[in-house]
Formats: sequence, structure tokens, C-alpha cells
Amino acid sequence: MSMMKLSMLGAAAVFMGTTAYAGCGVTSGNVSILGNDFAAIQAVAEGAKQCAGDGVTVESNLNKDYRDLQIAALTANPAQYSTVVTTNAAIVPLIGEGLIRPLDDLIAKHGQNISKNQLITVDGKVMAVAFMANAQHLFVRTDILEKAGVEVPTTYEDVVAASEAIKAAGLMEHPFATTSQTGWNLGEEFVNMYLGFGGEFFKPGTAEPNVNNETGVAALNMLKSLTEQSNPDFLTFDSNAVQASWEAGDLAIAHLWGSRGTGILDAEGSTDEIVSNTVLVSSPTVGGGSTPASSLWWDGFAIAANVSDEDAEASFVAMLNGISQENVKANNDAAVWLVEGYQPSAASAGVLATATGGTKPYPMIPFMGLMHSALGAELSEFLQGSESAEQALADVEAAYVSAAKEKGFLQ
Amino acid sequence: MRHKTFLWFILPSLAAMILFIALPLVSVVVQSMHIEHEQVLVVTENCGPFGCTQESSVDTEATAKLRAEQPLGRFAGLATYFDRGHLASAEIAEAWANRESLGDFFAELYNLPFYKALAFTLTYTFVVTPMVIVLGLLIALGVNRLTPALKGPTIFVSLLPMIITPLIGSLILFWMIDAQGVIGKSLQWIFDDPELSLKASPPLTWITLIVYGIWSGAPFAFVVFYAGLQTVNSDSLEAAMIDGATKWQQIRYVVIPHLMPLAVFISLMQLMDNFRVFEPVVGFSAQANAPSLSYIIFADMRSDITRFNSAAATSVLTVIGVTILLAPVLVRTWRDFKGKAV
Amino acid sequence: MSSTIANRSSRSLIVISSAFVLLWVIVASFPFLWTLWGSFKVQGDFFSKADWTQALTGTRTLIETGGTFTGKGYEGAWVQEEFWRAAINTFIIVFFTVVISLTFGTLGGYALARSGHNYSFWLLMIALVFRAMPHITLVSGYLLPFFEWNLWGHIPTAIIVLVAINQPFTLWMLHSFFLNIPKDLDESAKVDGCNQFQAFRHVIIPVMWPGVITTGLFSFLLAYNDFSVTSMLLSEENRTMVPAIYGFLGSTQEEGNVMFAVASVVSATAPLFVLVMFFQRQIVSGLTAGAVKG
Repeated sequence: MSMMKLSMLGAAAVFMGTTAYAGCGVTSGNVSILGNDFAAIQAVAEGAKQCAGDGVTVESNLNKDYRDLQIAALTANPAQYSTVVTTNAAIVPLIGEGLIRPLDDLIAKHGQNISKNQLITVDGKVMAVAFMANAQHLFVRTDILEKAGVEVPTTYEDVVAASEAIKAAGLMEHPFATTSQTGWNLGEEFVNMYLGFGGEFFKPGTAEPNVNNETGVAALNMLKSLTEQSNPDFLTFDSNAVQASWEAGDLAIAHLWGSRGTGILDAEGSTDEIVSNTVLVSSPTVGGGSTPASSLWWDGFAIAANVSDEDAEASFVAMLNGISQENVKANNDAAVWLVEGYQPSAASAGVLATATGGTKPYPMIPFMGLMHSALGAELSEFLQGSESAEQALADVEAAYVSAAKEKGFLQ
Repeated sequence: MRHKTFLWFILPSLAAMILFIALPLVSVVVQSMHIEHEQVLVVTENCGPFGCTQESSVDTEATAKLRAEQPLGRFAGLATYFDRGHLASAEIAEAWANRESLGDFFAELYNLPFYKALAFTLTYTFVVTPMVIVLGLLIALGVNRLTPALKGPTIFVSLLPMIITPLIGSLILFWMIDAQGVIGKSLQWIFDDPELSLKASPPLTWITLIVYGIWSGAPFAFVVFYAGLQTVNSDSLEAAMIDGATKWQQIRYVVIPHLMPLAVFISLMQLMDNFRVFEPVVGFSAQANAPSLSYIIFADMRSDITRFNSAAATSVLTVIGVTILLAPVLVRTWRDFKGKAV
Repeated sequence: MSSTIANRSSRSLIVISSAFVLLWVIVASFPFLWTLWGSFKVQGDFFSKADWTQALTGTRTLIETGGTFTGKGYEGAWVQEEFWRAAINTFIIVFFTVVISLTFGTLGGYALARSGHNYSFWLLMIALVFRAMPHITLVSGYLLPFFEWNLWGHIPTAIIVLVAINQPFTLWMLHSFFLNIPKDLDESAKVDGCNQFQAFRHVIIPVMWPGVITTGLFSFLLAYNDFSVTSMLLSEENRTMVPAIYGFLGSTQEEGNVMFAVASVVSATAPLFVLVMFFQRQIVSGLTAGAVKG
């Protein structure tokens, strides 16, 4: 989806919004949307803005740093934003602080078209409505694999073997890459791998950490053998860097976000040879496990608790209009939509395959974020070879414990 | 000046600083001494597009009740300051008790996030600050000799490193130093090492950041020194020349003493700014090899769960660190002030 | 004076010093010139992973646009993404920040320079310590009260915060300028029957401009390049240039329009060029008058 097309669509939507009647079935209320800033959410916000009209105002603030604003913005009473577009990780503090309201009554009233699997329920109460999915999965170059005489890998052990074969055949120096930048990205890689090995991050029913064990060491060692197949700069690789390397033809196998598929498969920035041989497949399994070593993410909207019922209803209806079938059809390639009427494309094949393989969702646990940060900060030394796996995991647990004590999860 | 007049003159400035810096500072200090309430956890069934799982959740009502009783959280005193993420007193004591050698102890110390960041921050500050002053002075002396027509454009070009927003400046430089980029490739050619990468090894990352720091800091020192040079008393230079002083001696004994107060001003500002180095760390993705204190604050603030109390403690430690660094300069300023006082 | 000295100094020194300045000019301007040239290419060239010479030759630009130069980055940023809105917001914010900063700063700086009391020294010192506070912590602390009182997102809020945050630097610098203006000037005015404020208005204001303009340049740069305050305290429609450029860079989710960012960076430098050229003389003479006292 090019930006041009999108903004034209946006312009059309605004035009319709201002002239047409309030065609969404609400007649009053103020809707204000806070969310991340990328094409799919821009499309949803524009769709919601079509509900603006007599008595209804719709405005949006799409900002990459929305997560730093959301808590303060929704804590204020009345809240600055009536609805926030969030994810399975970002929603956790909102639920924990009681800043978003249960949607059951609104769904009973307006939600006839929402399919059951879009509903995010916590303890039986619907807290958010999901509309798109994302996951990291494999991108492979079939031509390079063929030249090296290997199949498309389905396990991480195969990924390492295939990379070795490619190196041995003299095709590439560093055939593999993933988003291994120190910080959130590296933490996410460990989370994926640990879930693939069947690990549990916490001792059941408590906030006690549970990563310094055999499973954790196995996951770390697998990460290390992968980064050994990667460029030595791997600790600086974010999604942008991996995509750029892919488009330059430097990589044969990459574990990358599905939302990057559209950009990689378009004609911009790369040659025909690379694009036509790029195939998006499921994330691999690891260590003999049966589910792919990745985690599933959803994006959805939630409604603020500290707004009037009138505004909440208007926001709910406007957001439903943003994820309506027509709007999804018009923006089909912008995301892997969870909405009926979505037509899967080549760019979404990897995410769908990963999801149907039974991959686990990213845990919606209140203290998962603290674990994620600790993982992101403490694993680089091991991957650089200056620390043992046990020491790295002990550091992770120590960093997590001190954070969890400060946040009141551990005593 | 009478107290009352003084107050009226300073009032707007003081009010702005009290409202937007002093009060928040107090609140930061207070919050750094608190930790959050005990969170009441329950296990719930959570469902979504990808199935249902049994997961821990916060019992919102029970926690809200605790929060209403004590809105600031639990008082923890200086506990946060001494935990593993900050000064790590317990870990240091243990490392010292179990040390096999001094090197081993320092390795343990370097494994703690605060000390790792402090090591880089201090190195950066103490290398960049003097280099900026020296480089700025040399440029100022050089530009001062140019013909007037060349001076204007040269001054503008010299200001460029300071003008371009660091966020983007470091991003572009980051691409240039990539192993495939123009600077990276040139360095590989110069050092005859096709595997050379500035991003991979800790020492090279440090050097890269320090070079960037000098590059972007030099213009400030240059502008200030250049202005100072315009006021060098030509009589004393003439006198020195008549006495047979060489060019070097003139600079050493006339120009440099004249510029000393300026050097103090620059070092004050540079010490402070370099101690808070942040944008280049993010711009160069150097958080693995060269985290700075400001980066730790950023990481606490921008993680999935905001750790404001922890960030507040690191911020207070940063302010204390800056104050210690500036102490010698401050003492000097105090003497000057007393000297001038009526 | 300096020219006569230059005449007598040895030839080799001139060569060395000129060579040094030339080297510095190259080092200082190379990344900018590289960016300027690259802003007319497509991303595949400017950020080429394959071969950096493509940034010079424009190989991919030729394939994707049919010419070796393209204005797509500029068109995309200014027309499609309406970067001019951010430019207008920046202009408003920077203008008022500089004016208010300087107004507060001259009054305060003057008072600090003329008061011999100990507390004026301590005020300066405390201001310096204030300056050491990392901005990101301050800004996060503002969020909740601003949301609560409905102050968040508005341009005036960002202006007053920027003024306050930069006040320590402004005060410190202007204070040193005023120290250099001879005390006799306002003392004699006071003897003539002026009160302190009248003395300030009639005697000091006419001679303070060089110092004020130099301080203004630094306030300008601080407000113009600010990211931490403007990105967190402004709503989308009030966003300034630097956060807007940051917005072009993409996120984990999807690739941004990096060339829009590059074109915007180059565009954002243009007003500064004009400004420096225009005020160049004042900048130098201003610092001459003041900063000497440190």
C-alpha cells in the first residue's frame, strides 16, 4: 500500500465525513483516537472519521510513542482520548490500572458484525476488539536455497544447517538475520525462542521469574548459533536494517515481522530477482517442539473508562466503522486483518501459516513487560561471547526481580 | 541593587524555573523514594484471536483500594538507589567478598547496568570535553587568519555539525559508517581489513561515539573562542612581538590566558551536556556496547511498563554526578564572584 | 591587528593553518553535502546496502524514476505529508520561545549581574544544577498534570515549557554579557534620578543587543532542534518539524518514508543558513561583548 494511495483515501474519507450525514448511527459524542502511526491504523482512523457529522466529532493522534502517552492520557478525568488502539502488550498496563472499560454492553448493542475471535476477554469481560494480527516468521530466498541444495527450513536446526550450506557453497557470508537489536527487539527474539521450546516465563500463579533453567539455556544457545550466521553487526539490527539488507540481496533467510511483507514484496528498493524469489513461510519450530518459535500479536481498540457513556458509545461505533468490511476491503494489503471479508495475499501468507501452526500469543501478563525489558538489556554479552548463558540468565532474573519489587509484583 | 528591585527583575524567570523545573525536580526526588503498592494478583482466563490461556492479572479493585490509601505508593527511602539497577550496594559487597582478583571484581562491576553506563559516560565526558576545547580553539585560530571574504562561509560551514538535529544527523552518519557505507568502506580500505565493522566491537563503538561527540561539540567551542579572539588586546601582542616572542609564544602567553575564562564557560556547558549524552547512543544503536546514564533513564521510561521511580532515581544520580563534576568550576566561579563583589 | 601579525608570521605556519581549516571545513560539511546530494535519490541508493557508490551515481533512482535525480522526497514530505504544517508550528513555537526566553532572561540576567548579594550567586548555581536534570524525566512528570488540567497538546504549553527548560542557559549567558557592560552606565543614570528599571530601559537596552542576539541564536537552536519536549507534549496537528521527521522514520511495524525524512532535514537546515548569514556579524560581536567573563 503506497502512502499516496492511502492519503488520497484519507482525503476522500474526510470529504465524505464533512458533507455526508452522520452515517454510523450515532448522533452525539466526541471521539478522540490515540494510536500507533502506521498505514493500517491510519486507515482505521480515517474510517472512524467518516462518522463525524452533526453532533459527532472525531479526531485522532497517531504517534509512534503513543504508549508513553496512553497511561497519563487515560488517567486524567475526563480522559484526553476516548479510545486507544493497542496491542496485547500495550493493553496490559491499561487493564492493570483500570483505565479501560468492559465492552460487553456496547457489543450487545452494536457489535452484531464482530466475529467471536476478535473479542479480547479478560476474566470473562470483553476489554478490547482486535482487528489485525502480526507475527514474526521466515522470509526465504528460494533461488539461493536451491543453489545451495537445501529445502525451505521448517525448524531452526534446519535454518542453521541451511545457512551453513549457503556459506559452504560460497553464496553468501552471512545468510541469516533477525531483529536482534539490543533492547526490545532482542528481548522479543528470546521470547519467541523460549515459547518455541515450550518454556514458561514465570512460576505458575506467581510473579517469580523462571527463565534460568535448561530451557532458557537451550533457547539462548539456539539464538547464539543463529546470530553466528548473521552479520557481526547483529546487535544493531532493527526491522528497518533487516529489511534493507533483504532488499539489497544480502540475506537468504530472515526472521522478520509479517507486516514487513508488503514492503518487501513491492517493486520499490529491490530488484526483480530478489522480489520474485522471496517466499514468506511459517516461523520454524525448534528443539523438536510442535509449535512455531514465534509469538502472535494483535492490534485492537479499547475504550477509556474515564469518559462519559455517550462518548464511549460514539467511540465504539466510530471505531467499528473504521474496521468495517468496506474499509478493510479498501485497505486489504495494509495488514493481516482479522475482519471478515479480508482476502489473504502473498504478503500475509507467513503470518497466517504461523498462526495456523498453533503459535502461542504473546503473554498478556502484567509483569511480562518487565521480563521483556530485562531480557532485552542483559543478553547481549552472551551473544557477543563475553559471558556464559547461565550468567546471562541469572542477570536477567536479577534485573527482573529488582524491577518487579519496585513495581510491587514481588515483595 | 535592593532586594525588592532584584526580586521584580528576576521574578518571571524565577517563576518559570520554579514551576517547570524546581517543582518537578522535587516530585522526581519524592517519587524516587517510593515504590509501587503491592499488586494483588489473580489468575484469570484470557481469550483472544489465538485462543484462551490461564494468565495472571492484577486484581484492579483490590489494588485500587491500596492505591487510594497511599497515592504515592510505599515509602522505600533510598532502597531504589541501592538496588541492582542503580548503585547495587549488595551486589558490589558480594563481588568484593568473592573476588578472585581485582580484575575479576571490576568485571563483576561492569556486569551491573549502572556501572557499565557510568564507565562509558565518564570516558565519553572526559575525552570529548578537552578534545572539543582544543579543536574549537585550533579552528578559531585558523579561521581568524582567513581573509574576511572567506570568514563568513567558513563560520556557517563550521556550525553545520551543531545545526543538524542529532536525531537525524546520527542516523545518516550511522548509515555512512555501516560496513557497506562510504565511511565504513573507506576505513576498511585504509586499514586493509575487509571485515572491519565499527558497529560490532565495543572499543570501536566507543571510538565512533567519541568522534561523533567531538565533531558535533566543536562548533560551540569554536564560536565562543572565535568571538574571544576578536578582543585580544593587540597592544600586548605587539609588545610580545617586539620582545622577540615567536608565534607560538604569543599564543601561549598572550592569547591563551586571555581565552581562559571562555574555556571555563565552555567546559562547564560541555561537561554537563556530555555527561547527559543520549541521542548518539540511540542514533548509532550503541546501547549494547555503550549505554549511557541517560540511555538507562530512557530505557526505564520507554519500556513496556514505565518504571518512573527507577528512572527518577537514575535522574537524581545524574544530577548529583553533574554537580560533582562541576564542583571545581563552581568553586572557581565563587572565588571570582567574591572577588568582584562590592 | 591580526592581519599585521599574519604578515610577519612564517609562511609554513600559514600553510599549516590554512590546511587545517580546509580539513575542518571538509569534515564539518561532508555529511551535510552527502545528505544534500542524496536527498535527490531514492532510498535504495542513498541508504544502499549493496554499494555506496550508488548514492553518487543514482543507479536505483534511474531504474525507479527514470532519471538520476528525483524530487520525490521533497514532494512527498511537503505536499503529500504536509510538512509545511509542521514548519508553521515550528516557526510559531520557536519565535515565541526565543522572544519570551530573551525577555525573561534579560531581566533576570541583568538583575543577577548587578546584585552583589550572595543569593544571586546561589541562584545562578541552582539554575545550573536545574540544567543537569535529564529532560525526558521532566517531561514525563508533566504529562499527568497537563492531561488533568487540559493543558496538554497545545502550542502555548510547549512554548512555556521550552522557555522554562532553557532559562538556566539563557540566564547564565546573559548574566555574563551584562557583567561586561560597565556598571558606571546605569549608576550614573541612577544619579540622574532614574530608578533601576528606568536605568535599565534607557541605558542598558540600547547597548545590550549583541549579547541578546547571540543568546537568541542559542535559544533558537535549542527550540528548533528540540525533540524530547515537542514529541511528548504536542498533539498531532500541532507537531513541529523534528517529531514530524522522526515520524517519517518508520517503526518495528513497517518501513517509513526515510527519504521524506532526509528531504525534510535538508529543508529544515535552510532557514538556519539564512539566519546565520544574516546575524553572523552580531553573533561574533555579541559574544565578544559578553562571554569573555565566563
